[in-house]
Amino acid sequence: MSQDNKKVTVETTGHVWDDDLQELNNPLPRWWIWGFYITFAFALVYWLFYPAWPIGNTYTKGIPGLNTITYVATKVDGTQETKTTHWNMRAKLMAEMNALRTEQKPYFDKVASKSFDEVSKDAELMQFVNSAGKTLFSDNCAACHQAGGQGKIKFAPNLTDDYWQYGGSYENIQTTITAGRHGVMPAFKTILSDQELSQVGSYVLSLSGEPNDTAAAKLGDAIFHGNKAGCYVCHGADAKGNIAMGSANLTDKIWLWPDVLGAKTPQDKLNEIKTLVYGGMDKGVMPVWGTRLSAEQIKLLTVYVHDSLGGGK
Amino acid sequence: MKHDKIERNVGILIILTMLAISAGGLVEIVPLFFIKETVEKVDGVRPYSPLELRGRDIYIREGCYLCHSQMIRPFRDEALRYGHYSLAAESKYDHPFQWGSKRTGPDLARVGGKYSNDWQTQHLTAPRSLVSQSVMPNYPWLSKTDLDYADIQDRMRALRVTGVPYSTSQAEYDKNVKEFGEETAKNLHIPDAEKNLIAQAQAGNFDTNPDKLTEMDALVSYLQMLGTLVDFRKYDDDYFAKFR
Repeated sequence: MSQDNKKVTVETTGHVWDDDLQELNNPLPRWWIWGFYITFAFALVYWLFYPAWPIGNTYTKGIPGLNTITYVATKVDGTQETKTTHWNMRAKLMAEMNALRTEQKPYFDKVASKSFDEVSKDAELMQFVNSAGKTLFSDNCAACHQAGGQGKIKFAPNLTDDYWQYGGSYENIQTTITAGRHGVMPAFKTILSDQELSQVGSYVLSLSGEPNDTAAAKLGDAIFHGNKAGCYVCHGADAKGNIAMGSANLTDKIWLWPDVLGAKTPQDKLNEIKTLVYGGMDKGVMPVWGTRLSAEQIKLLTVYVHDSLGGGK
Repeated sequence: MKHDKIERNVGILIILTMLAISAGGLVEIVPLFFIKETVEKVDGVRPYSPLELRGRDIYIREGCYLCHSQMIRPFRDEALRYGHYSLAAESKYDHPFQWGSKRTGPDLARVGGKYSNDWQTQHLTAPRSLVSQSVMPNYPWLSKTDLDYADIQDRMRALRVTGVPYSTSQAEYDKNVKEFGEETAKNLHIPDAEKNLIAQAQAGNFDTNPDKLTEMDALVSYLQMLGTLVDFRKYDDDYFAKFR
């Protein structure tokens, strides 16, 4: 190797290690060097336009007036104020949200000022409702009610049918979204014996025309309407439920908490109902959206859920 | 100094190398300790209760942060999907913070209150039963494993060293009452940690199983408080822009 080194005629850095080990000085390409210098110039310009250098307990905010953002701020009391500030991400977001709101304002104003029926009949406005509603639904509602609003057995009700536990009118749906819901059924494990649970279960199955033990159902009828269990207090004497408290209609073919339709044998169907009555249910929680979404968003979502998914008839 | 001299003196080489490689970090990080607008002035931010703290430790143990960030950036699309951008103040008691720059799942900075306890429990146990396209793993052991809180006081004491105001004495407790209110201050008192942890789990019933105190209770209690401490309606909507 030392033989080869002696032949080298290229400039070296001048360092010599171990007598003859040298370092060649091959300069970087000119274009690369210039690119490097240009980044210096870029940085200088950047410092004039954007927040950059920390100084003590503050920092430079660019040359005043050179690169500003103007936005409209909404104060806590609802009044608005136009402000101009140095460029920064948070002010930029304010301006972008302003622009978005201005774009959507004519539509949201219409949704807010018109009655539900008027919104529903305005075909052009409904295009906006459907498009914005779908986005809001996907972001906020689909996790429980599923992407198409078909719901989930033992979890969240189907929104595409005509049955509404808490009422399917526009006003009912708006209340449900704004304030949330919490459905509770008490446990009857200490009140009803296993035999009585079977009887009341048979009666409940008979209400919607499911196969059942007629003799047991007759006894279950008495338990349902009797004061020991008092099922009728919430579900009504006609067992059609009560939208004011969200108690289920037991006479239709729609089941949420006991999976009666999914159960294969009559015995399984009975067990589904018995399990629910025995242990009760404290899971029907719909979160409060009034603190997360604006009033206009909720109204728009109400129309979307009612008209596009299927409100109460 | 001559290059030759630096390369032949290992002590000088080490010192100068360390200076060179730390310059970038020092320039970017150190000023933030002095700039008074770094941490926004805002009400409501408090340290975690013992149960939430235990939940946060489980969150970290299970590696949730590998797929979920807790930092909503000030961009339009994030504001529309997740809500108000995260504040530095909101993670001032986080050691370590959970900001993150990579998302496989959604950001969780404001997930608190968005879903019911039942949803969180079901979703953590079997995500695809609720979100069919999800790629999140199942965490079925959380609701089966009893919560181990024997060392909760040690965990709080460790955070105390980093500056989180968990209290040990009456004087510190009184100071917390002044700063956070009595209800929160009680939860920050280390000697009562076990008692408070059990009380919160029983009152909240986070895993929807009132008979057991499980890891699910702790994790869901943590998830349900994320991003809920600051009431943004109390501030002008550009209030936080003035801190940048």
